Amino acid sequence: MSVPLIETRKATRILPGTVPVTLVADIDLLIHEKQFVAITGPSGSGKSSLLYLLGLLDVPTTGEVLVRGRDTSTLVDDERAEIRLATLGFIFQFHFLLPEFTTTQNVMLPMRALGKLTPRQMKERAEGLLSSLGLEDHLAKRPDQLSGGQRQRVAVARALANDPPVILADEPTGSLDSKSSEQVFQILRDLVDRDGRSVVAVTHAIDLAERMDRRVHLVDGRIVSDAMQATARMALPS
Amino acid sequence: MNLVVDIAWTHIAARFRQTVVAVLGVAIGVGFSIMMAALMQGSQDDFVRTLVNAMPHVAINDERREAPRQPAEEAFDAAQIRGLTPATRRRGINNPIATIAALESWVPGSVTPSVQARGILRYGGKDVTSVIVGIDPVREPRVSQLVHHLRQGSLPALYRATNAIILGDRLAEKLGARLGSNISMSAGTGKVMTGQVVGIFRSGVRAVDEGTSYVLIKTAQILAEQTGLINEIRIRLNDPMSARAVADRIIADTGLKTISWQEANEDLMSAFVVRNVIMYTVVGAILLVASFGTYNIISTITFEKSRDIAILKSLGLTQSTVRRIFILEGLVIGLAGALAGSVLGFALTQVMLSIEIRTGFTDATRLPLIVAPLHYAIAGGIALASSAIAGFFPARKAARVHPVEIIRGAT
Repeated sequence: MSVPLIETRKATRILPGTVPVTLVADIDLLIHEKQFVAITGPSGSGKSSLLYLLGLLDVPTTGEVLVRGRDTSTLVDDERAEIRLATLGFIFQFHFLLPEFTTTQNVMLPMRALGKLTPRQMKERAEGLLSSLGLEDHLAKRPDQLSGGQRQRVAVARALANDPPVILADEPTGSLDSKSSEQVFQILRDLVDRDGRSVVAVTHAIDLAERMDRRVHLVDGRIVSDAMQATARMALPS
Repeated sequence: MNLVVDIAWTHIAARFRQTVVAVLGVAIGVGFSIMMAALMQGSQDDFVRTLVNAMPHVAINDERREAPRQPAEEAFDAAQIRGLTPATRRRGINNPIATIAALESWVPGSVTPSVQARGILRYGGKDVTSVIVGIDPVREPRVSQLVHHLRQGSLPALYRATNAIILGDRLAEKLGARLGSNISMSAGTGKVMTGQVVGIFRSGVRAVDEGTSYVLIKTAQILAEQTGLINEIRIRLNDPMSARAVADRIIADTGLKTISWQEANEDLMSAFVVRNVIMYTVVGAILLVASFGTYNIISTITFEKSRDIAILKSLGLTQSTVRRIFILEGLVIGLAGALAGSVLGFALTQVMLSIEIRTGFTDATRLPLIVAPLHYAIAGGIALASSAIAGFFPARKAARVHPVEIIRGAT
């Protein structure tokens, strides 16, 4: 069996304080290639906290998080940042684009940080990604000149900038209207089906979660169910 | 453009007005520091120049640094000897002509003999003590600025009258003497001579102008009642700053008491050191205050941009990259401030240079300022360093931002 892209072993995150708060506890999770995983659960159940652990934005208090078999718990901040840059793409509920930069420049940011392409190649790739997401007419616009759905698509393009095998999305459709939500969902679906990436998305939207391949349900920081949803694939339009 | 440079520039450009204020703060600090340094250094140099011009760079006289050992002390090394009358020593430098010839062979400058005697000048019932210096009017211009300091009369005029004398202007004023006045000179030996005032000088150094007079070497020797007496050799060097080294060598060669102009003004020189310490402390303080403006704007940017920093870090930017962004912003402000401040400093210096000062007591003069690249380099360097430090602390804070805390807060 192939090495999972991301694996957690008994990962627990406790916020220290006068009254310590357990965000997630004893999480054992494997994320394999070409999986579209929904993380669901009620508010405060630890969905986002789990996503941050998977994305190396946070460090488990106990337990381990492995990326492609490499234990990340002993790495320093900058080493985790390097793994994030090359392996993981993030999409947040709010687009979090840099307001002073154009859409193309925003998409180029991770590429520039990684520094593997020439400026010309970066620009071409950024414009290609934006065009593939239907934003070819908005390459030179700033985020405040775009609609919410367009901004979120720019954020998706930025997440794909360094061609990561895994996309982590935190409520990617949470701030969008139903039409834009559907557009973004289809883009994420294509990333799995067409590009062969894995997408892990935290969502409140049950209807969207049910259309994903796998659903991990959390309650009080613990996984209460983790099931493949065969019906989701069958329900997809051909 | 490099990512760090691009983001830093975007932050700064987006806050144009605040950035301009911070740059102006640094610029004003740098500008006034440069002007102040130019004024302090200029006044110091002017003072030293006046001092150096008013006196020989090196003066050799017939005294010895240590009292000569008495013959009895030489003979009875272990014994304590009391009540001895010291052996009388003939005054003056031994064999001055040979000494001068020897000095002229290696000293980089001009050498001239002179006779110094203390005496009392009397005119119209007024007595004033004066150092009466016997000089050679031909050689004197090579070692002193006396010829330039003469307000009335001339050096060759010393030859034209019997016992001719040149007075400092304040000395003449005290005596009430004018050009052509016949004044009486008496030395410690009791010898009294009458001489005619043939010149009046003004060196600018008060002590000299009110207490020094010049006669021919011969006249001074007669006053001292010692033919052939030369009790001082004065040297003017091509490089006044080498006076200490030259004096040290003369002491080693001749054993004669030799004083450089720096040693003669040791207390003043240490006062200048203190003055410079004060000056650079004040300059540092001005620039430190200016750097608070830089600190303020960088802190504001890091606060306002905390969400962007979190996003950049979540994308994978390392702490050091984030830190570099904000340090660079500080440096950009510092550099712009240093450049603008240099222009301002130069302009201020030129304005100060154009100011003419007129008082009833002195000739019209301008402020002694010096335009030295070193002042620009020091002020600019301090501004850059303080701006980098001012940027460092907010940068460190920004680099330590935990993306999760910010992202949670934003959602």
